[in-house]
Amino acid sequence: MKCKSARWYRVLPAGAACLMLSGCTREQFLVFNPAGPVGKIEMHLVILSMVLIGIVVVPVMLILWYIVHRFRDRPNNRAPYRPEWSENRTLEFIWWGIPIIIIGILAVNTVRDTFRLTRPPEPAGKPLTIHVTSLDWKWLFEYPDQKIATVNYCYIPTGRPIQFVLTADAPMNSFWVPQLGGQEYTMPGMAMRLWLQADKPGTYFGSGANFTGRGYAHMKFDVIATSDPEFSQWAAKVRQTAPALTRSGYTQLVKQSVVGRMSFSSFPPGLFQEIIMREGGMYMKHDISVLDNKA
Amino acid sequence: MPDDTLNVSHFLVTGDPLIYGADVSIVVVSIAIVAVLTYYRKWGWLWREWLTTVDHKKIGIMYMIAALLMLFRGGVDALLMRTQLAFPNMRFLKAEHYNQIFTTHGTIMILFMAMPFIFAMMNIAIPLMIGARDVAFPYLNAISFWMFFFGAMLFNLSFVIGGSPDAGWTSYPPLAESEFNLGPGENYYLLALQISGIGSIATGINFFVTILKMRAPGMTLMRMPLFCWAVLATSVLIIFAFPVLTVALALLLIDRIAGAHFFTMLGGGNPMMYINMFWIWGHPEVYIVVLPAFGIFSEVVATFSGKRIFGYASMVASLMAIAVISYFTWLHHFFTMGAGPGVNSFFALSTMIIAIPTGVKIFNWLATMYNGRVRVTVPMKWALGFIPNFAVGGATGVMLSVAPADYQYHNSYFLIAHFHQTLIGGVVFGMLAGMYYWWPKMFGFLLEERYANWGFWWFNIGFYVCFIPQYLLGFMGMTRRIYTYPTGMGWSTLNLISTIGAFMMGLGFLFIAAGIVYSIFYGERDTTGDPWNGRTLEWSLPSPAPHYNFARIPVVTSRDAWWTMKEERKQGVLPPGRDELRPIHMPKNSGRPFILSLSFFVAGFGLVFHWYILTVIGFAAVAACLLLRSFDYDTDSYIPVDEIKKTEASYGRS
Repeated sequence: MKCKSARWYRVLPAGAACLMLSGCTREQFLVFNPAGPVGKIEMHLVILSMVLIGIVVVPVMLILWYIVHRFRDRPNNRAPYRPEWSENRTLEFIWWGIPIIIIGILAVNTVRDTFRLTRPPEPAGKPLTIHVTSLDWKWLFEYPDQKIATVNYCYIPTGRPIQFVLTADAPMNSFWVPQLGGQEYTMPGMAMRLWLQADKPGTYFGSGANFTGRGYAHMKFDVIATSDPEFSQWAAKVRQTAPALTRSGYTQLVKQSVVGRMSFSSFPPGLFQEIIMREGGMYMKHDISVLDNKA
Repeated sequence: MPDDTLNVSHFLVTGDPLIYGADVSIVVVSIAIVAVLTYYRKWGWLWREWLTTVDHKKIGIMYMIAALLMLFRGGVDALLMRTQLAFPNMRFLKAEHYNQIFTTHGTIMILFMAMPFIFAMMNIAIPLMIGARDVAFPYLNAISFWMFFFGAMLFNLSFVIGGSPDAGWTSYPPLAESEFNLGPGENYYLLALQISGIGSIATGINFFVTILKMRAPGMTLMRMPLFCWAVLATSVLIIFAFPVLTVALALLLIDRIAGAHFFTMLGGGNPMMYINMFWIWGHPEVYIVVLPAFGIFSEVVATFSGKRIFGYASMVASLMAIAVISYFTWLHHFFTMGAGPGVNSFFALSTMIIAIPTGVKIFNWLATMYNGRVRVTVPMKWALGFIPNFAVGGATGVMLSVAPADYQYHNSYFLIAHFHQTLIGGVVFGMLAGMYYWWPKMFGFLLEERYANWGFWWFNIGFYVCFIPQYLLGFMGMTRRIYTYPTGMGWSTLNLISTIGAFMMGLGFLFIAAGIVYSIFYGERDTTGDPWNGRTLEWSLPSPAPHYNFARIPVVTSRDAWWTMKEERKQGVLPPGRDELRPIHMPKNSGRPFILSLSFFVAGFGLVFHWYILTVIGFAAVAACLLLRSFDYDTDSYIPVDEIKKTEASYGRS
């Protein structure tokens, strides 16, 4: 019975994986379906690290299976039994050495890309800045150049680096659009920069990734990437047709609620900076320097 | 300051069938316990033998029972969550309930299940392994247990009185500050952790001193069993890490009940400070719970391979390396907080480096089995199940350490799958291996194999069915702590499979529990004291070990001391002439640790609801207990030789 169940135990995860994969399409694995250079860099690192750890994990599984099979305590087992054998310099040298080499390779790639992602993605078009504020429980996007604002969705032009500047007027959240790239926290009183870029048009799923209470599960938003002219058309349309976001309108928006998409033709000038300063930015001047240097 | 007026409908949680169910079951179980104890006239026995004991073996057993109960409670939490997530747009739990349940699940599993489980194994095995009669500070040991116990009680009480905490087990401000979180739940969290944390620090100090000062003659550090090394490393980690948690929790509590601004931005504080401090404790904490598991696997693998542990020096070095490096990795819990590429790179590298000694340990366990004779007993099954499980869990940890890739995994189900794989595959598997391994030493009978096997296979297979889909869900963009999710994302099938896996694990737990009950009545007696053909000193004693452990303190001449003694006996080498028995110096039982911890509970409960009179009464009682102890000179006694002879004779030994 034991032997049979041991085999069963090995087959099952593989079978389960096939079953699961059959239920979902490749496009739904957002991290493996990047739409821009940042997401691509991150996906390559994910794949590289999977391959490197596979070099250790797969042999461990095979060796474990072999050893338990060969040295099992059975009446007729002829395998050697050496109860005092407990030291071997060469072997230990190998299995201290291999992980060190693997980690070395991974480390070089990690450090290179960590620095690379703090700069605008290349090839660089003219960057666009969007100010993002996480609220309970919705996302406010302000376009300082286009002078418009949206809630729970935003348009971006393809082929241009987007500088998202992030803050919160609510508990700390995290801004995540998996197909464009990894996330960064939104924190009250601070302005943080996240470079993303979409190379192909499409609607990309985004969500809050850090728990903020009752309505947190509904903090989803869409990032819609279109060509540059279409983006300008959209912005012009919002400017002409949508209502304005007033100060009292913002006060309503800050209150805890779950809302759908909204568009605003304008917002009070300097609102973003005000939010940051009011929520504690006055104590963290060096941290909002990101707002001064227009990308 | 928050409004501290209260009315009854806030005090007792009302309006939810789950809570009413809990109310009823608490009352019924309490009445049943009281009735049974009264009917069988066991109150005196309970007080004399358990509530006042300072015996490390009994304290260990109490820790283990508490850990198993908390594993059940935390497991029920998990099943409730998985039921809610089984289908998209489920309406089984409301957001408020789901948030409370994931918060209590995390807190209970780490602090009230994993911690007492490792303390159980430490208490049960360490003094026996090093040839000591108790820990260095037995009275403090009892305080540790009761502080943990009452901390856990305070935390669990929140479910029915006042409402549970709901800001996540990490309890980040500003969400956990009174601005966003008024209810008493968060206070419960802070005070329960604070009270049990005092016990944990004391345990760390206790075992650090025990291992360094109480070893039998001849047992040099490099002759210690690896479990002792693991516990030594863990103790050092506890001593350095837990005070940081204590301070972080205290400052947050002061914020909440006295209106301070340590972690609020408005007023000059900074929530990032809390997050840093939490993980400066939190990262060593995961090694605090996993290192003892490594120690147990080292003992189990060597015993059931009938072979010395391979690469002992490497194993010790890697334990110590892990202990040290684990202090330099905390920032990897928030790569996404914008610390800058230099800082992120440093912590990415330190995190990767910790994988090297961990990998070496896995290879050394494999080499220990190589050229051995592998007996696949129940404890060994958990060890063998651990190796592939932890290899994958550790490997995904390396993936997470790649900072830019972590921006994609952070707070996603990939992360959830990773840390459950290390904490379940590492810690829970380790503690269950330890439980099956040392059970005969604790109780004098073995756990029945059939139930245990069913338990192992359901739990082990259920684990993969539950968590492998969660890795994939992470890649699909599903974030943690959401109580519901929409259709059309492709998450539905995987979530359903994951829920099925969770229930398989639940079934596994039931088999384990049923096996324990069955074995209490029908379990095979351990008459030899050495049912596994063991290698270390605890197996030289009868099962269960007598109150004083060793009638004569053994003299150790090598590693695996008991194995060596058995080998010498086989070769006809006579053991050296034995000393005459001498009276044994033992600590006396005391009810004060129980009352002291109860007083802490009272003070904590008062603080939760801002009832300061109750708080003052509680702390006054704490002070009284401390004072009384200072003037208590009747703390120990000697067991006369006649009594030792009688006890030894009852085991058939002389």
